[in-house]
Amino acid sequence: MNSEKKGAAIGKALLSGPYLLWMAGFTLIPLAMIVWYGLTDKGGSLTMSNIIAIASPDHAKALWLSLGLSLISTVLCLLLAYPLAMILRGRGAAAGGFIVFIFILPMWMNFLLRTLAWQTLLEKNGVINGILGWLHLPAQSLINTPAAIVLGMVYNFLPFMVLPIYNVLSKIDDNIINAAMDLGANSFQRFIRIWFPLSIPGIISGITMVFVPSLTTFVISDLLGGSKILLIGNVIEQEFTRGSNWHLGSGLSLVLMVFILISMAMIAKYDKNGEGTAF
Amino acid sequence: MTKGSKALRKIVSDFYMVLILIFLYAPILTMMVLSFNKSKSRTQWGGFTLQWYTQMFDSRSIMSALTTTLVIAFVSALIATIIGTAAAISINSMRAVPKTVVMGITNIPMLNADIVTGISLMLAFIAFGISLGFKTVLISHITFNIPYVILSVMPKLKMTDRYTYEAALDLGAPPIYAFFKVVFPDIMPGVLSGFLLAFTMSLDDFIITHFTKGAGINTLSTLIYSEVRRGIRPSMYALSSIIFLTVLILLIFVNFRSIKKPEHA
Amino acid sequence: MKKKMTMTLAAVSLAALSAALMTGCGKSASGGKEDNKLNVYNWGEYIDEDVISQFEDETGIQVVYDVFETNEEMYPVIEAGAVKYDVVCPSDYMIQRMAQNNLLSEINFDNVPNYKEIGQEYLDISKGFDPENKYSVPYCWGTMGILYNTKRLEELGVPAPTKWSDLWDERLSGEILMQNSVRDAFTVALKMEGYSLNSTNPDELAKARDLLIEQKPLVQAYVIDQVRDKMIGGEAAVGVIYSGEMLYIQEAVADQGLDYDLEYVIPEEGTNYWIDSWVIPANAEHKENAEKWIDFLCRPDIAKKNFEYITYATPNKGAYDLLDDDLKNNKALFPDINSLPNCEIIKYLGDDVDMIYNDMWKEIKSE
Repeated sequence: MNSEKKGAAIGKALLSGPYLLWMAGFTLIPLAMIVWYGLTDKGGSLTMSNIIAIASPDHAKALWLSLGLSLISTVLCLLLAYPLAMILRGRGAAAGGFIVFIFILPMWMNFLLRTLAWQTLLEKNGVINGILGWLHLPAQSLINTPAAIVLGMVYNFLPFMVLPIYNVLSKIDDNIINAAMDLGANSFQRFIRIWFPLSIPGIISGITMVFVPSLTTFVISDLLGGSKILLIGNVIEQEFTRGSNWHLGSGLSLVLMVFILISMAMIAKYDKNGEGTAF
Repeated sequence: MTKGSKALRKIVSDFYMVLILIFLYAPILTMMVLSFNKSKSRTQWGGFTLQWYTQMFDSRSIMSALTTTLVIAFVSALIATIIGTAAAISINSMRAVPKTVVMGITNIPMLNADIVTGISLMLAFIAFGISLGFKTVLISHITFNIPYVILSVMPKLKMTDRYTYEAALDLGAPPIYAFFKVVFPDIMPGVLSGFLLAFTMSLDDFIITHFTKGAGINTLSTLIYSEVRRGIRPSMYALSSIIFLTVLILLIFVNFRSIKKPEHA
Repeated sequence: MKKKMTMTLAAVSLAALSAALMTGCGKSASGGKEDNKLNVYNWGEYIDEDVISQFEDETGIQVVYDVFETNEEMYPVIEAGAVKYDVVCPSDYMIQRMAQNNLLSEINFDNVPNYKEIGQEYLDISKGFDPENKYSVPYCWGTMGILYNTKRLEELGVPAPTKWSDLWDERLSGEILMQNSVRDAFTVALKMEGYSLNSTNPDELAKARDLLIEQKPLVQAYVIDQVRDKMIGGEAAVGVIYSGEMLYIQEAVADQGLDYDLEYVIPEEGTNYWIDSWVIPANAEHKENAEKWIDFLCRPDIAKKNFEYITYATPNKGAYDLLDDDLKNNKALFPDINSLPNCEIIKYLGDDVDMIYNDMWKEIKSE
């Protein structure tokens, strides 16, 4: 019996073999290449200049701008998603599941086309202004401003915030809520004491899934910001595709990875059991 | 809670949901409407037409991109699911320290900026003399798909009762048989949603594909990406609308049947 | 439930896979000799797809066709050599850069008899970046100028622009579209001050940069080819655009029955004219097929067909002769190249100067 269990244990360990090899080859090695490019210059000698470049005025400004916009987008996503998740939870499992699908469905239309469609909607002579004009309301002029970029970010990443929170909320037992109500807690107290603390893993997961991609996006600022607003994602993209300065691009990417590491640390701390996953 | 305020709550929450739905679907509807627009303009309506749909089927570049997209999405999702499920099972029984390390590495492709992942893979391929082409795109897609599979399967694994598995072993079942009969059915929803998620992610990606494809390979996303600056052919709207509607119909179909018979969930 | 989901999923996947295989099967059926291929790398929307099919039918060569969006994006791909293209269509200054970096091979003009169809004046201009006309065969050419919306300008009370400096007019705030490309943007600023658009003088460049920063609040957006659609849509009053878009724009305005006109003007201070030409990379594996391709595209009937699709001016005299008179006389499309005031071709200035330009461009963008 023991040896069979042992055999099973070894078998289990072996199961991750292919995965570990794959990760080593296609995640870790490429990562090492970025580190290598980031720490060398065109001549091949070691240098910190690509990393220090983040401090140069243009780059620092782009970084602060990106941080600001992503932060705003993340907070907006959270404020929009939380009530939505609670409402969905209240609809019950089957209907809730269906509605969740309906909310994920937009992700099936290509990301670029979705963003381009927002351009069509927001333009001066676009669809929204057309409708507003028909209703004799003043036209909006969001296109080519930072607000439009935030809108694009919220639009594209909202599902990533809704799903983890919904998942976590749906695991909360109704009985706990009922017990709290029986014990005299009002809505506010129930939220602070029960809903919120129990949903932290989902919130953290959602924040990570929204903040990090929005930090590095460049398509949204190109299409909706009129290319007038230089985000750190634009800088990196330009260095790789137009400036042909892969070293600088890699160096800047390494700096961005700091944020990724912070996110990973937060997940490890607040969501140890992986409850807040999106799926 | 009084009946009145409960009803009010429902109306408000319904209203909120509808608002968000409108927000989410406005661009999609716009695209679908534009796919029937005779005029190429994105803001003027020039009359109804189906010409973009027929043009789409005639275009060799669109059709070949469609094939490539579907094949890559399907194959990469499949392989990622197999590798990922196996890995998830293994990681689940790891001790704390290796577990954290491996889960950390798993998070890297998901959290890393697309462009960095794409470039790093391209650099690695070039450095090792692997020529860019279909296989490199496939490898890249599998790479970023596996973490999604793992993260879909893990929660289900945790929920499975490990003791059931051990009980099966105790009762004399060989490990593999026990696995497929006891553990696998329970984690199935996780495996399926992992597959679906991997498929979706693969479908939408353009940056990673852009950097790792070679000559002549195009997915729909890279095709669109190359047209974004120039002005997208309306046939692309047509194609996207078709894909979208197909998925919508399928999902409604699947869910309708499950709503009708909730007890069998 | 699980069973249903599994079955549905299986059905979907099978359907997807079979659809994919069916559309893919058609392709492989036409596969002739394994190696009779041609890898083409061209700008997006820069060829009539029928031309590709016609070429394949007439020569039996299988064409693999890839597109790029900017010269700067194309260059690293050719340089890295990870993908071996046989024939590429870069712009003037990029050809110069590629030639200087030994990335091109000389064309064997014996294999390109239709070369004679290219107008001599274009070959002369090409000497600016290809001094002995060894490496390139012109494909399309044009100028860069200002496109303006007559009605919108009337509403704003601004006269039609005739100079680059008109794009700094405060009355046009939020109505200006500039090109999202470093050399093109600097062309505007440098020409405005009377400098050469190939300037390497730091003071001149700094002045140009400051001008562009000054202009930025007035600019609606920095775009590349979307200028065309935005102008047609009436989003802006003026935009910097390539002459090649004019025919498309004129047709679109007529089609949509718009009540405003879109006119093109080459500013007085001068502008750049550009030529996109076909070149053969040094690491091409199918050089003769590449030469056949170029020869095919230089055939007057093929050049004319391409022109009708791309609508960019063709340097092919044979094709030009086949056009209708009103097209021949379309001055926006076919200006008299020798009478263009102060026009220059963009030259490659070397990596170091390029970096200066790029850094300044970043400064402008991050303002």
